[in-house]
Amino acid sequence: MSYRLPGVVQPTDRPGPPPGPAFSLGSLWYDEAVRGVAIQILVLLGVFATVAWMIANVVANFAILDKTFGFEFLWLPANYDINQTLIEYTNRDTHLRAAAVGLINTGLVAFLGIIVATVLGFLVGIFRLSENWLVSRLAYCYVEFTRNTPVLLLILLWHGIFINTLPHPRQAMTIGGATFLTNRGFYVPKPVFESGFEWVTLALAAAIVGAILVHRHVRRVREATGRQLPGGWISAALIVGLPGLTYAAVGASLSFDVPELQGFNFEGGLYLTPELVALTWALAFYTSGFIAENVRAGILAVDKGQIEASQALGLPRRRVLRLVILPQSLRVIVPPLTSQYLDLTKNSSLAIAIGYVDLVGTLGGITLNQTGREIECMMLVMLVYLAISLGISMFMNWYNRRVRLVER
Amino acid sequence: MRILSRALSGGLAAAVGLAMAVSMASAGTLDDVRQRGHLICGINTGLVGFAAPDDKGVWKGFDVDVCRAVAAAVFGDANKLRYKNLTGKTRFTALRSAEIDMLSRNTTWTFSRDVDLQLTFVGINYYDGQGFMAPKKLGVKSAGELAGASVCIQTGTTTELNLADFFRANNMKYEPVPIETNAEARTNYLAGRCDVYTTDRSGLAATRAATDNPDDHVVLPEIISKEPLGPLVRHGDDQWADIVRWSLNAMIAAEEMGVTSKNVKEMASKENKNKEVNRLLGVEELQGRERLGLSKDWAVNIIAQVGNYGEVFEKHLGKKTPIGLDRGLNAQWTDGGLIYAPPFR
Repeated sequence: MSYRLPGVVQPTDRPGPPPGPAFSLGSLWYDEAVRGVAIQILVLLGVFATVAWMIANVVANFAILDKTFGFEFLWLPANYDINQTLIEYTNRDTHLRAAAVGLINTGLVAFLGIIVATVLGFLVGIFRLSENWLVSRLAYCYVEFTRNTPVLLLILLWHGIFINTLPHPRQAMTIGGATFLTNRGFYVPKPVFESGFEWVTLALAAAIVGAILVHRHVRRVREATGRQLPGGWISAALIVGLPGLTYAAVGASLSFDVPELQGFNFEGGLYLTPELVALTWALAFYTSGFIAENVRAGILAVDKGQIEASQALGLPRRRVLRLVILPQSLRVIVPPLTSQYLDLTKNSSLAIAIGYVDLVGTLGGITLNQTGREIECMMLVMLVYLAISLGISMFMNWYNRRVRLVER
Repeated sequence: MRILSRALSGGLAAAVGLAMAVSMASAGTLDDVRQRGHLICGINTGLVGFAAPDDKGVWKGFDVDVCRAVAAAVFGDANKLRYKNLTGKTRFTALRSAEIDMLSRNTTWTFSRDVDLQLTFVGINYYDGQGFMAPKKLGVKSAGELAGASVCIQTGTTTELNLADFFRANNMKYEPVPIETNAEARTNYLAGRCDVYTTDRSGLAATRAATDNPDDHVVLPEIISKEPLGPLVRHGDDQWADIVRWSLNAMIAAEEMGVTSKNVKEMASKENKNKEVNRLLGVEELQGRERLGLSKDWAVNIIAQVGNYGEVFEKHLGKKTPIGLDRGLNAQWTDGGLIYAPPFR
């Protein structure tokens, strides 16, 4: 591909090679192919130079500060305590283990947040389309409020509400004398599994397998004859009944560790810190507004004719939603839902604002500060977040492929 | 392709060379400060008495005055100064990356900070120790009764580590509640998120003074650690470290020798009986002063514009302030305290 500017003498009428001066280095610029390659090389050079400059800058500054690059510090004792540890941890353990505790705390808040946000988001999204004026307006206000307030403020707001409005442990609010709400967090009875309970677990697993088989059978019958068997009821009876009966048969194999006030705080039971509750709730609250809009968009994307057709076939409203609308809207909902999950996970790093000790609080916070290894710690923290995000992405892409509309 | 790769490696080498040249440019902190026209000093994000803004938004306090003393020594003007407010967590990174010229922020001198973080502590301007503060109505009389308590701490501090040591040594359980700044810690403590707040006792006194009703809170008698607080600079520039060190020493020596902001001008204009006063105030030559790049009246500027150690203490922390701290360990050595400046000779 080449073209020539008007006004340049075009030696088409003369045979033979063009005269010398017509070819110069400058004329290469007007050759589109050459220009394209040249620009690409320049851009690439720019990128490489920038990266190289950044690395060289770090290396040079490390040399000036007489610092070394390395991860040996991860094996030194951490010397600090963490208030929420899902794995065994004392201040004698290593920085690496403290980082693991933080990572698990990040995972916990992200996992809980995603579940709550999804449930809330789907509910609000469906309410938003309700024909009931009040319900749809309320859902609208909810969406606009949650979406349009900064998530950091929401986290601080909910944490502030929890620690300022709930009572001191000595005047704790209680639900049935077993669950206590205080400004130090929520204390709920902890189930204690005793011998014999493994049979109940086994029965539950068997019931779930049974329910799946029932579901398949119901579908086969429906596809073959058009008859709808009451599969849902049978599955529910199985899942509740089988473990229930087993539990009764083996005798009391489950007890509850009820929290009790001892000295300053409650002892025993399951303890949820106000930071965990506030952070989970604030993240879910914020993200659910976005998810609600995704759900609404997904539902509205289903062709009206589809709904009318299914109604004409006499399907009840709930089944129209479950069998016709949701499967078709999921393919629209899932891709943006993935970004919401990623956002929620990354936003959880704001935990530091209220003192929830997550990965940023341990490895990127206290460890960084006590050891002075800024670059190493931040690199590790970023890599871990990248890994978590890619993991969520992979799972959601797999799920998206499953719900994608199969086109004929 | 060969041309491409050659061009790439050439560019890389050039970039590396450039980066080296850029980072080598900063050598002398004093020259940088002079060229910039002001000192950049790292201070607390807000701790009454040590570093807090007054009603006009001007930062005032015991730590702030160390910054002002250095500015007075370097520029002859204590106000040629910019502050950078730093949390316990961000302070060392800021100092080491040369974002600030010096740090004066209730920082404890420890072995690891000095050696491993490569910081130079130039002296001690406050001898402190870690304590606990609790609401009076909690009825706690001593730190030994704190088993099971929730404790608010400022993260990124030595207090965090002392606390872990203290509870481990006494075999008590506790819940640490890590908080980023003193203001947030106070909010959480007052809301009852934690039973007790722990930090340096001077910080506790300042925090207590800033509550609506200070009498509702008690500082427990135990001191669980040594916290020598002082200003610091980064390793590698001894001239700059000396300037900060001797600015602090000038304030301390001035108090010992009875030089105050009131009488300093008069004493500097005549021959004094005490030869050390003469050397401090530039009446007689102080050998080596030029090496620090300071003017003859550097100490006069400090004392006239900022005050001597005792004046600064009384102004920000002393009995007439809401914080009301005793001199205690921070009295001059001649009064039975630990405050002691090496001789100006």
